[in-house]
Formats: sequence, C-alpha cells, structure tokens
Amino acid sequence: MSYTVPLGPYHPALEEPCRIDLDCEGETVRGAEIRLKFNFRGVEWLAERKNFIQAVALIERVCGICSNVHAMTFCRALETLAGVDVPERARHIRLVVAELERVTSHLLWTGLAAEIMGFQTLFMACFALRERAMDVLEGLSGNRVNYGMNRVGGVTRDIADPGAIRSEVLRLREETLKKIAPVFLDDRTVRARCAGIGVLSGDLARAWGAVGPTARASGVPQDIRKAAPYEAYGRLDFHVPLETAGDVNARVVVRLLELIETYGLLEQALGTMPGGPLAGPEFVEIPAGEATARSEAPRGECFYYVAAGGAEAPLRVKIRTPSFVNMPLVAAMVRGANLADVPLINASIDPCYSCTCR
Amino acid sequence: MGVFDRLVARSRRRSPWLFRLNSGGCNGCDIEFSACLAPRYDVEQTGALVVGSARHADILCVTGPVTRGARASLETIFAQIGEPKAVVAVGNCPASGDVFAGSPEIAGPLDRIVPVDVFIPGCPPRPGDIVAGIARAVAALPGKGAGNGKGNGIRKKMTGGARRA
Repeated sequence: MSYTVPLGPYHPALEEPCRIDLDCEGETVRGAEIRLKFNFRGVEWLAERKNFIQAVALIERVCGICSNVHAMTFCRALETLAGVDVPERARHIRLVVAELERVTSHLLWTGLAAEIMGFQTLFMACFALRERAMDVLEGLSGNRVNYGMNRVGGVTRDIADPGAIRSEVLRLREETLKKIAPVFLDDRTVRARCAGIGVLSGDLARAWGAVGPTARASGVPQDIRKAAPYEAYGRLDFHVPLETAGDVNARVVVRLLELIETYGLLEQALGTMPGGPLAGPEFVEIPAGEATARSEAPRGECFYYVAAGGAEAPLRVKIRTPSFVNMPLVAAMVRGANLADVPLINASIDPCYSCTCR
Repeated sequence: MGVFDRLVARSRRRSPWLFRLNSGGCNGCDIEFSACLAPRYDVEQTGALVVGSARHADILCVTGPVTRGARASLETIFAQIGEPKAVVAVGNCPASGDVFAGSPEIAGPLDRIVPVDVFIPGCPPRPGDIVAGIARAVAALPGKGAGNGKGNGIRKKMTGGARRA
C-alpha cells in the first residue's frame, strides 16, 4: 500500500521551512516532491530598487549562515564592473572572514547533523566549539552573524592583531582534532547511522551539476577556490578533500577534512598578512555593463550576475546559490531510502532554504 | 482560580515550552536561537524546552518578516497553540520587515497577523537577549487566557481550545 507522508513545512528536524511530500510504500520512500516557497522575500526585486551601497547590506541578508560570502561575491561582481582594484591586505582580510565563516558553518552543520542522529552530546560539543569561533568573528567585526565586512573596493574593518587570531585558530584546530574529528571519523555509532544511506553516484552528481561538499563526497573534484582562485587563494597552499563513496558518511568526512584544511588556510593567511590600505575611495561610480562573480561558499559555488545601467541602482541582480543546485538531488537520494533516514539525508547536503528562495 | 489551575499556572512559570517558527527570514535569528540551546547560553536551564509540535507549546518564537508563502502556516500554527499563549518576535524582521520592507512578497509585520507580546530587536539579536525576551514572555503568560481565573485552563489545553457545551 502506498501513501504520502508530508515532511514539514515546520518540522523539528528542519531549521527553516521546507515541505517534502514523500511517496512511501510501507517504510520505503518511492519518490519525493520538494516545495520551497516559504522563504521567498524577493531579494533580487528589492536589490534593483536600492542603490549599490544599500544593496550590499541587503545582499548580506540573503542568508544568515553564509552572509559574508554573499556580500563578498556581490562586491566582487561590482568591482569587476567598475574596474576597481582591491588592495592586498583587504584580499587577505576577506579570505580570513570567509574561512572563519566556513568554520562556523561547518561546525553548525556537524552539530545539527549530530542532533538529527540523536547524538546530543556531540551536538553540544560542536556548538561549544562553534561559540569560540563566533567570538573570533565578533572580535573582528562586532557582530555575531551579519559581519558587514565588505564594501565595493575593499573591506570596512582591519584585523589589528593577526597573531592573536592565529593562536586562537590553532587552539580551535587542536580542539577540533581532539574532540570532534575522532567522533565523526572513527565512532561506530556515527558510522552505523550514516554509512550507506543517501548514496549519490559520481555520474548523477556530474549530470545534475552538484556543487560543494555534496559533489566532493561523490568523487567530483569541484572547488571554485582551486578552479578559479579569487582573493588570496591562489597564493596559499591547501588541498581539496575528496571522497568517493557518495553516502552521508562521505559527506560528513569531506566536511570534517575541509574544516581542518580551513584552519591551515587561516593560519597561512594570518601569518602572511601584507600591509597597506583597506579599501579604495569611499564612493565608487558603477558604469553601465554587466559582470559575474563566483565564490566557494561553505555549501558550494555561489554565483552572482549584476547588470548596471549607469544609474544609482542595479538593473538586474541574479543570485544562484549552492542549495538551489543541490536541493533537487535530495529527491534522487531519498528514493529507496527508509523513511526515518530522510531527515538525515536531507540535512546531509546542508540545505539552506533562505538562500535558495531568497 | 481553583487550586488545580493555580498549580498549573505555577508549574508553567518554570517550564515554558517553545515552538520555533521561521516565517521566511534569512535564518540568522534561527542560528542565534540554536545558539541559545547550546552550552554557553543554555535556555533549557530556565526550564524551557523546544518542542516539535505547536500543540504542546506555550510560547511561539517567530523569526523573519512573514512572507506571503509562510502566512497561512503561521496562522494555522498560532491557532494550534492552546491558551494561554504568548508570541515572541525575534529580530527586527517580524517587527518592521527590516531590509525586506517594501517587497510585495512580505505579508508582515507580524503584529498585523497575530498579537505579539515581546519584541526582541537586533539583526540578529544576541542569544542573551533572546533568553531575556523568552523570560519576559513567560512573565506575560499568567495574565492571559486560561490563567486569568476563568478556570479550565488545562482542559482547554488538552482539547485544543474546544469548548464544552
């Protein structure tokens, strides 16, 4: 007998509203239909009615978890359009904030994944560590979530003491390696819960254009930081972790290894911080034309298209977020899965509906 | 107020059950709400508990500017909560729409749709402010609905507000 089980829109396993209608046969899922409409705020429409300075503040609020990467990518598109050169120090500061954001985002995800697994202790451990990464970001920017670090042509705030942040990052790495990583990488409970479920083959990931850790867990080496280096990534040494199993466990492992790589990136960037100004002139004239920019957000490729007509406001802003690409894959991953595994499989791509709906 | 109702009202003061609802925001406030549950801020030490069903909740915590897509769900969920209930608006968005004000997709602000007891300002508010806001909502509960001496508070809660003939 087949029946439809609705998941959401307000479900305890989902932080944000999303509705998934699951076609079930007994306990087995035969198909899924995903509906996202709850977070549609019309950000692109609003951006076309604000001037370029206001639009940066608006774009930062596309998503709360990866707010910095949205503002940074939008600013990079505008800089391409205006032909503005970003000073070296600003490039390093952008990288530091973007990577610290990746740390908080991945720790948030590991925490939520642990909670969905029913592993409360691990959730608490991840969030306790995350608070310390948040302290670093708060010390840099003055806010815990929307940092307001980016503007066209550079950054708004300096990192006064890179050495102090570097030693805090080293402590964070030590804690991650000691407390979080062994549990996710070696613990039998976690492996029993995650291994073999929500399998995404490399071919399917390529065909559907998966991005970020979701693609890298299926053996697709796709990372914008390597493929099209921006800011200071080209000058720093890091490697992109890759797994081939394609299941939820592989996505956990990829994110954990990426987190450790991120600490390495931060250590290098903070150790080699060049001197110089933080930004160019305060007001930048945006000429008519169009430009694109893409960055590696914690969830994958984040793409911006901006068209300007020489006026105060942009003519068109188009945002393509990583979850927009990865979300349809959930429907493929849950096919044949057990009903109880669906929240974990859905969470394994680290979905962000606020980004996706905008 | 009977002895039983007094006992219920007294117990409720130390165990507010929360239901979290993202009405279409940027999820910045939701992350800070999650941080409240984590070791540093730990709202659960005040007796609060985040529950999965609105029917079990006393306090509705709303984030986001209330989009047109989320409005119907918000109204349904508000109606599902038994009396007495309080609504906490977490962040600037439910209060004014914040940066999203002016978009045709926004049905808010929140207090045009459901009565709001506590506004917590900030984009996003700090976790400490959210905990303090929840404490204010708890203090507002006894003056409402079933806690006002009309009796049958617990009965209302069990039957989802259905009246006996």
